[in-house]
Amino acid sequence: MSQEIYYKKLTELDEMLDKSEISAVELLKEFIGRTKQIEPQIGAFISFDESRALAQAAESDKRRASGRKLSALDGIPVGLKDVIAVRGQKLTCASKMLENYVSPYTATAALKLEDAGAVFWGRLNMDEFAMGSSCENSAFLKTKNPWDTTRIPGGSSGGSAAATAAGECVVALGSDTGGSIRQPASLCGIVGMKPTYGLVSRYGLAAFASSLDQIGPFARSVKDAAVLLGTIAGHDPKDSTSVKIDIPDYAAQLDAGALSGKTLGVAAEYFGDGVDAAVRKRVEEAIELCRSKGANIKEVSLPHTDLAIPVYYIIATAEASSNLARYDGVRYTHRSKLADDVISLYTKSRAEGFGEEVKRRIILGSYVLSSGYYDAYYLRAQKVRTLIRRDFERAFESVDAILTPTSPTPAFKFGEKTANPLAMYLSDICTINVNLAGLPGISVPCGFTPEGLPVGLQIIGKAFRESELLSIAYAYEQAAGFSDAHPNL
Amino acid sequence: MEYEAVIGLETHVQIKTRSKMFTSVAYKFAEAPNTLTDPVVWALPGVLPVLNFEAIRKTIELGLMFGCTIPEITKWDRKNYFYPDSPKNYQLSQYDQPLCLGGGVEIEMEGANGSEMGAHRVVKLTRIHLEEDVGKLTHFAHDSLVDYNRAGTPLMEIVSEPDMHSADEVFAYLNAIRNTVSFAGISDCDMEKGQMRCDVNVSLRPKGSDKLGVKVEMKNINSTSNVRNCINYEIRRQRECLESGVPIVQETRRWDAALGITQSMRNKEDAHDYRYFPDPDLLPVKITPELLDSIRADLVEMPFDRQRRYMSDFGLPYSLTSVLCHDRELCNYYEASLKAYPKNPKATANMIVNDLQRELYAKLQQQSSQEEDVFEETERKSVEHSKHLEECLLTPEKLAGLVEIIDAAVISKQMAKEVFVEMFATGKTAAEIVKQRNLAQNSDTSELEEFCRKAIEANPKAVAEFKAGNEKAINALIGPVMKASKGKANPAVLLPILKGLIK
Amino acid sequence: MSDKPTIDINYVAKLARIELDENEKAKFSAQLEQVLDYFKKLSEVNVDGVEPSAHAHSIYNVWRDDIPTAAMPVEEALMNAPAKRDNQIVVPKVVDEA
Repeated sequence: MSQEIYYKKLTELDEMLDKSEISAVELLKEFIGRTKQIEPQIGAFISFDESRALAQAAESDKRRASGRKLSALDGIPVGLKDVIAVRGQKLTCASKMLENYVSPYTATAALKLEDAGAVFWGRLNMDEFAMGSSCENSAFLKTKNPWDTTRIPGGSSGGSAAATAAGECVVALGSDTGGSIRQPASLCGIVGMKPTYGLVSRYGLAAFASSLDQIGPFARSVKDAAVLLGTIAGHDPKDSTSVKIDIPDYAAQLDAGALSGKTLGVAAEYFGDGVDAAVRKRVEEAIELCRSKGANIKEVSLPHTDLAIPVYYIIATAEASSNLARYDGVRYTHRSKLADDVISLYTKSRAEGFGEEVKRRIILGSYVLSSGYYDAYYLRAQKVRTLIRRDFERAFESVDAILTPTSPTPAFKFGEKTANPLAMYLSDICTINVNLAGLPGISVPCGFTPEGLPVGLQIIGKAFRESELLSIAYAYEQAAGFSDAHPNL
Repeated sequence: MEYEAVIGLETHVQIKTRSKMFTSVAYKFAEAPNTLTDPVVWALPGVLPVLNFEAIRKTIELGLMFGCTIPEITKWDRKNYFYPDSPKNYQLSQYDQPLCLGGGVEIEMEGANGSEMGAHRVVKLTRIHLEEDVGKLTHFAHDSLVDYNRAGTPLMEIVSEPDMHSADEVFAYLNAIRNTVSFAGISDCDMEKGQMRCDVNVSLRPKGSDKLGVKVEMKNINSTSNVRNCINYEIRRQRECLESGVPIVQETRRWDAALGITQSMRNKEDAHDYRYFPDPDLLPVKITPELLDSIRADLVEMPFDRQRRYMSDFGLPYSLTSVLCHDRELCNYYEASLKAYPKNPKATANMIVNDLQRELYAKLQQQSSQEEDVFEETERKSVEHSKHLEECLLTPEKLAGLVEIIDAAVISKQMAKEVFVEMFATGKTAAEIVKQRNLAQNSDTSELEEFCRKAIEANPKAVAEFKAGNEKAINALIGPVMKASKGKANPAVLLPILKGLIK
Repeated sequence: MSDKPTIDINYVAKLARIELDENEKAKFSAQLEQVLDYFKKLSEVNVDGVEPSAHAHSIYNVWRDDIPTAAMPVEEALMNAPAKRDNQIVVPKVVDEA
C-alpha cells in the first residue's frame, strides 16, 4: 500500500473518509499541493477552479459527517478531460477556438459524478479536439509522461493519464475514439478503459467522431476504474445511441479468481512487425500469467485488423469534418478580427482557431466525403467496418476476451512522430479496431521496458459485458502486482 | 415554335408539433429573438439530437394520404454547408432513404364558373422527407443579425416530379397540399408565417418534346400569388430567351415581388457539394406494419373525397361543397349539424356557407380592421376561421335546430334570417328566440281566411288577372296578408286559402 | 484508386472553410496524398454484398415524445457570443439568401 496519500486508491481513500482519518477538504488540499508542486514537470492541467472544488469538498464533508454519503466517490477529487462540459466551467477542448468558451450546461457523465458527490479537480490537457496520440496537439501546453518527462504521455487523453499516474487526482475521465484512453493509460502505467459504445452517455462530450467516441475512466487500479465506470454508465434519453440496460455494481462483482476456466483469445495480427520487442515480451508474459491462473489461451483470427487504420481514419475524419463545422466564428467561438464578409469570417476564424492536426483531419474528412470520392472512401470504409465487426463476432463465439498489446511501442520522445502523420496514425493499430466494433477494452499495466517505461495489456471484451471484462482485468492485476508501481517524482 | 413549361416544386411545410424536431424546446412564431433555444439549437459543443416521434408520425400520415410508399427503413443524413442561420453548419435531413416515396397530389383546376367543378388530375410526387428548419437572418445596412428561434423546427419537404405545366396548375397543387395538410392538422400552412414555402423549378421545351430543358430554380417564395406571378414571369422570360437565341443558364434566381421579376443570384463560388452522410448521432427508424396500421386508422378523409361524398350522399351542389370542403372546421361543423338534424343536408349546408360564413367574416373584418393587415385573404381566412368557429356561440346543434323549425314551417325563411343573426350574436336557440319574440308562423285558418278576404276585396285587379290565368298575379295578394299577420302568415297554409276563396 | 491519389487542396479547403497559406497547402497535400496512398489497401478487400455500418450497433427506433421543455435564458444563450446586438448574433452582411 502506498504511503503517499496522493497515490492511494479511491477505495482506500473512501475508507479513510468514512473513518474520518481525513476530511474531503484536507484530501483536496493534498491534491492541490501535489498538483502545484509537480505541474511544472508534468503539465497535465489546462485549468483548475480551487474555490469551487473546495466548496464541493466542504459539502461532501457535511454529508459524510451526517451519514448522508452519496457514494464511494463522495469527496474524491476527480479530473476531467477538457472535452467534457460542466456548467460554468471553461470547455476548451485544448483549442484556441474555444479558449474562452464557458459551458452553460453539464455533460450527463459529469452530472452523474456530481450526483455521486465527486469533487471536480481541474480540467485536463489533451490533443486538440481529441485528435492525436501524443498530447502534442494541445494548443496550450505539453503534457509529459510522469515516468520519463522527455517522452509523451500518449493521447489524446494525455492529461488525464499523466495526472492520474502522477497523483494529481485520484481518478479521471477521458474520452476514447481510437484508443485515446487505453493508449495513454498504457504509456503512463495505469488502468484505462473504453466502455462498450452506448454504455456511457456522450451528451456533453464535445464530439470528435460520433460513432466511435466513448467516455471512460482512468484509475490506478481496476477496482477504482470499476467504481468510476459504475457511476457514469447508464441510459440517457439525451443520447439516442446510449443503450437501455441495467448497470450492475461492477466493483462488487470483481472476482480475483475470474481467470480460472476462462478462454482468452490471442490474435497473431496484433503481434506483427511494428510491435516493439520489449512490449511483445511483457504482453507474452502477461498471457503466460493468465494461463498459469487457469485461463485457456486460444489462437483467434481477426483477418481485417490491418484495414482498421484506413477505415478508422476515413470514418473518424469524415465525422469530425462535419462535427467541427459548428466551430465557425459565428456563435460562441474565436472570431477572426480580419474577417470582412461571412466567408472570410469562417475561413479566417477557422484558420486562426484550429491547430495543424485538426485542420489536416478536417481537410481529409471533407475530401473523403466530397463528390466523386464518397463511394471509394467513406462508403467502402463503412463496409469494411462491418467486416471488422464480424471478425470480432466470430472470435467471440469461442473466447471470453482477447489479449493484445495496448500500444505497439512504449512512450516515444516528443517530436518523434509529429513530422509524419501517417507514422502517428499507425501507432493506433491495436486500439482502433475496438472502437470500430463498438466493443469494450481495458488497458492494464503489465510491466516495464528495460528503460523503465510502462507497458499495457489490452483486454477486449464482449459488448456490454463490462462486468466480465473488469473481472478478468482485476484477476490479472491481482496476479501481476503492478498496480502499486508509481513514477519517481 | 410553341413551348411547353415543365414545372416541379419543392414545398417545405413546417409541422405543427409542440417541441422541435431534434430537441424538446418549443417553437412559436414571432417570439422575441433567441428566446426559444437550448444548447442543442445552438449546436454547443457536446449536444446531441433526439428524434421527435410526432413529426415522424405526421409525415407518414401525409404520405399515406398522398398514396406514397412508406419504406420499412428510413434514416437521417447530414447535409453539410456553411451558413450563419444553420447552427451546426449541417442540416439534419434525409438523403437516400426518405420517409415517403412516390404518391401523388390530386388537384382541381378552376372551373368555367363558380358552380362548375373544374378538371381534376394527379400531380406525381417524388418523395416526402423530414428535416429541420434553420434560423432567421435580418439584414441591415452593414451587417446581419441571426435569430435561432426557428432553427430545429420540424420541416417536411414535399418534392413533386416535374409534372406541372402552368402557373395555374401550380396554384391548384399548392391549394391541394394546403387543404390536405391543414385538414390533417399537420400544419396551418400559413405562407406569411413561413409555415409553407416553396422552391420552384421551371424549364421550357418545344411542345411535344419529351426532353427536359435547362432548369431554373426560384427559392423560398412566400405566397401563392407570388408563386403564380413568379412562374408566369419566368416562363415568359425563358420563352423570350429561346426565341431570341439567348441560352438559358442553369441557375438559381430570386423573385423580386416588388419589381415583379426574377433576378439571377450571384453565382456561388463553388458548386454545392453537400457531402451527405448518415448521421451517426441518430439511429435509423424501422416502420413496422403495426405502426403503419395505427397511423392509417387515424387518417382523415381527403378533402376531394369528402367533396364528392357531400355531392353524392347529400345532393349538395358543387358550389356549396367547394366552400365547405376547403375548411376542416367548417366540415366538422356541418357534420355535427347534420347529426343533430339529418333531414335537410342542403338547407343546412346553405345556411353554413351563406349565413354563418357571412357573420363569421363580418366579425373577422371588424376585428382585423384594427390591426395592420398584410395577410392574403384566402390564406388568412382558413386559419382564422377555425378560431372563430371554435368561439362561435351558435353551435352546430343550434343551427340544426333552426333548419328544423324552418322545415316544420314554424317560421318563414324570411324570418329565419333575422333569427339567425340573433342566434349568432347571443347563442340563444332558435326556439327560445321564436318564443320570446313570438315569431311563430300563423297557421290558424280562420284568422288567415279573414285576412285573405280583406286582401281579395282590396285588390280586384289582381284577382281578375289571376282568374284570367296569370298565376303570378296572386303574389300581389300575399303581401297585404303578410302585412296584416305581422309577417307570421305561413305561406304554405296561406296560398291554398287564397286560391280557394278566389275560385 | 490504382494511380497515386491526388487531392485538390484548394477545393477541399474551400469546402471545409479553412484558409490555408501556401506552405500549409503544400505540406497538407503531400502528407494527405501519402495517407490516401496508404488507404489504397481498402480497395483490395472484397465488399460485395456487405452492408455498410453507420453505427457501432444495429439499433432502431430511438425517439422521444413530443413534450416541450423550458428554453434556455437568452442571456445564457448569448454569453459566449463574439458579437451580439438586440439579443441576436451579429455577422457581416450576408449577401445572398440561399
